[in-house]
Amino acid sequence: MVVADTERLTAKTFGVEDSHPDWCGGCGDFGILSAVKQALAKLGRPPHEVAVISGIGCAGKLPHYINSYGLHTLHGRALNVATGVKLANQNLEVLVAGGDGDGYGIGAGYLVNSGRRNLNIAYLVHNNGVYGLTKGQAAPTMRRGQKTKGMAEAAIQESVNPIGLAIASGYTFIARGYAMAQPDLVSLIVQAVQHRGTALIDILQPCPIYNDLMTIDFFRGRDIGHNRTYRLADEGFDGRVHDPSNQDEIVAKQQAAIAKSFEWGDRIPIGVLYQLDAPTYEDELAGRLPELGTSSLLELATPGQDISRLQDAYR
Amino acid sequence: MKENALSWMIGGPALTGGVNSSAEVFAKACARAGLYVFSNIEYHSNIMGRHISYRVRTSDTPVHSHVEQVDLLLALDSETLFGTPEYQDYQRHGGHLHRVAPDGAVILDAKAKIDHSAIERDDIHVVALAYDDLVRESVEELGVTYNARRHSVMRNMVPIGASCALLDFDISHVVTLVAEVLPARHQDMVEMNRHVLLHAAEQARRAYAKEEFHVTLRPRPERNGHMLIKGVDAVGIAKIHAGCGFQTYYPIAPASDESVMLERQQTRYPIVVLQAEDEIASMNMAVGAAHAGVRAATSTAGPGFSLMAEGLGFASITEAAGPVVVLWQRGGPSTGLPTRQSQQDLRFALQPAHGEFPHIVVAPGDAREAARVTHMAFNWGDRYQMPVVVLADKFIANSLVTLDDLGLDGLPIDRGEYWTLEMNGSDPYRRHRLTESGISPRAVFGTPGGQYVTTSDEHTERGRIDEQVENRIAQMDKRMQKLDLAAQEIPDEWQYEFIGPEDADVTIVGWGSTRGPITDALPVLQSEHGISANFLQIRLLRPFPATVVREKLDRARRVILVEDNYMGQLGMLIAEQTGIKLERMALKYDGRPFSQDEVVEAVCEHSAADLGRLVLSHP
Repeated sequence: MVVADTERLTAKTFGVEDSHPDWCGGCGDFGILSAVKQALAKLGRPPHEVAVISGIGCAGKLPHYINSYGLHTLHGRALNVATGVKLANQNLEVLVAGGDGDGYGIGAGYLVNSGRRNLNIAYLVHNNGVYGLTKGQAAPTMRRGQKTKGMAEAAIQESVNPIGLAIASGYTFIARGYAMAQPDLVSLIVQAVQHRGTALIDILQPCPIYNDLMTIDFFRGRDIGHNRTYRLADEGFDGRVHDPSNQDEIVAKQQAAIAKSFEWGDRIPIGVLYQLDAPTYEDELAGRLPELGTSSLLELATPGQDISRLQDAYR
Repeated sequence: MKENALSWMIGGPALTGGVNSSAEVFAKACARAGLYVFSNIEYHSNIMGRHISYRVRTSDTPVHSHVEQVDLLLALDSETLFGTPEYQDYQRHGGHLHRVAPDGAVILDAKAKIDHSAIERDDIHVVALAYDDLVRESVEELGVTYNARRHSVMRNMVPIGASCALLDFDISHVVTLVAEVLPARHQDMVEMNRHVLLHAAEQARRAYAKEEFHVTLRPRPERNGHMLIKGVDAVGIAKIHAGCGFQTYYPIAPASDESVMLERQQTRYPIVVLQAEDEIASMNMAVGAAHAGVRAATSTAGPGFSLMAEGLGFASITEAAGPVVVLWQRGGPSTGLPTRQSQQDLRFALQPAHGEFPHIVVAPGDAREAARVTHMAFNWGDRYQMPVVVLADKFIANSLVTLDDLGLDGLPIDRGEYWTLEMNGSDPYRRHRLTESGISPRAVFGTPGGQYVTTSDEHTERGRIDEQVENRIAQMDKRMQKLDLAAQEIPDEWQYEFIGPEDADVTIVGWGSTRGPITDALPVLQSEHGISANFLQIRLLRPFPATVVREKLDRARRVILVEDNYMGQLGMLIAEQTGIKLERMALKYDGRPFSQDEVVEAVCEHSAADLGRLVLSHP
């Protein structure tokens, strides 16, 4: 393996030649993988400066197919591990990936609390409504009353609204993508990574095996004669807070994003729902210890720190 | 007359009583006077109001435990003396009056609702002082208008001043401490505190009928300058010294004091302390930081450790360099006894998650060991690329002890084997490369050319998911083999300690914080009971020093296992590892630590008869 030349980064640079994704044919994960690699090429960071941290599930396999540092962690804990990685070495570009069960179910507490921290990381949630790896049980995004062919009974619990949850949790970049809308998704990932703060992209994706409700045809709107997904920007929606010091604007933009998040059925919005420039966790740490503004813990926290004054305080 | 050998206790309600500050100021004054101090606290899991007792023991030689009797009992309320017999199903406790040594004294607040006639002991002395009146008089003597809100905090000085009077101990040590503790804007209070102390001392002398109390404290100026420190603080300092850059935690008794101490150092040292949303997050954040090359740690008690289980297995299978997990044991199961002592989590710490995986478990015996072992734990995490559990407990966490230093200078620093691009040529990096030692040089995230992915699934040398049998066996063997290497390489001093004569009537076997009462009991057994005893303290619990333990036990005449748990968990481990079953046990699972006297009692009883399993408790 050679060190990549940052001048000529392409999607191929971030590919792993001898790996064989074990996703099913037609899976939206292929689209997401392709978009991530294209986005990384555009972002211009060499592979060794990128870390992709994933949870467990179909989506969790993602880092195995990307040429970067990667950890395929535990179910629901990817954000925790990513938090440790990023704080250890702020120079790394940290991407987090996982499914909707991983992020909105077993990892829901970490989804919320990671939003509160506003660490400079990007979180991609592959949202297909089902647990694919365990053969099609309903994910937290499955709507009440819905029943896929794989489910024994229709869902009798409400689905979670991830965009609303992200707003309430303090995420400063919130978007929705669609795995099969490649250029849009690449652009969203680039924006999410470039955003200073924690970014969440809820990525709708078909699961051709277990979810016969959220199919490609459903998103294309074959039954209604037009695409269900539409671009927020095309309708003049602007989720960005232009004056972060204006609390009224923040609240208005949050309310607008939440209102949009309930749109489902014949029209499903895609694009940036909310964005706010706010101090990151890293900024706060640098406020506490200025050295952390320019160096990472990896460089600063060396063994053999002088503790003589600390010990003397107990004398 | 006993010089400097004092057992002192103060009792009262939590938060409002000032028990903690009185005890800690008194303990510190004794330490400043050059005395050796051991001080431990018993408190309820409550916000305020419930009973606290805080002991201070001093000596001219190092002390590491408490004794049952107290020479001076300072009672801020009736419960301290008599307990609460009317309370619900069980009485909360029987009070501490019975602990007062003959010729000892009770110092109490005359204005507290205490029935003096119920004391019913004519072998002790009662000194009643009106705490608040005394403070008021002292303040007014200085021409200051008494203000209860501002001045009543000084009532904590009354029992200290009274103690100093009976013990013939100079209050100047206390005054100096008060001046150090008070912020600059409140330095005017120093003089007031001094007056309260003097006034309390004078009144106590008047109220105490006898000429001389049976204990006096004589400063040893040649010895002043040693530290007075709790285990939680000692471990925090060790983490900073070791270059731990990242500490995570979720608030829990008795562990969070360690993290709070570290939080205060974040503006001075390169350490980030992150209060996570739970212990699952704490653990996995620390694992992430370890993979990214920073020495990382977390700290918790049993309930939190239960949540950390999956993260420990994850750290181990992915061969993270650490993290270091300090487990401050408390009474279980479940919420159990949140603020009380136990050694119930040994077996859990040895098998903290599903599957078979390597990790290291080491149990320090006191605050100084806890600091030193924590330092080494980072080395072992880096070198063997596995999580390390430092198995401490409430008794170490909360007890104050005098130390010259933490013994950290000169300890080795080992960051383990790193991978660099030059090592591989054009071969792709193999994170879990099969090597002779089992250790694969690690590429820290960010290392040019070292890109790899690893996974909580079983994986190949390159970290890819794989379920083939040959690979599975090779990777299992590789990981477990690192434990054998650790067993060979970790020096004996970290594995065990053998204290006392090589040949003795009795061999006491224990681990962790029973070290204090056991080592203090050894000379007493010899001098007062004619029993020669030695002590085998097992520090490294995984990998287990089976050979040396078998050798020592084979040579022992009468072995007594001492543990703060119900099952005799170390005994079970010894049986598993050596085939030797220890029949004589002295166990305590009442949530209280062994005292020196309880160890002596256990050894005497076991020496007198074949008792098998002996359970101790002194409520």
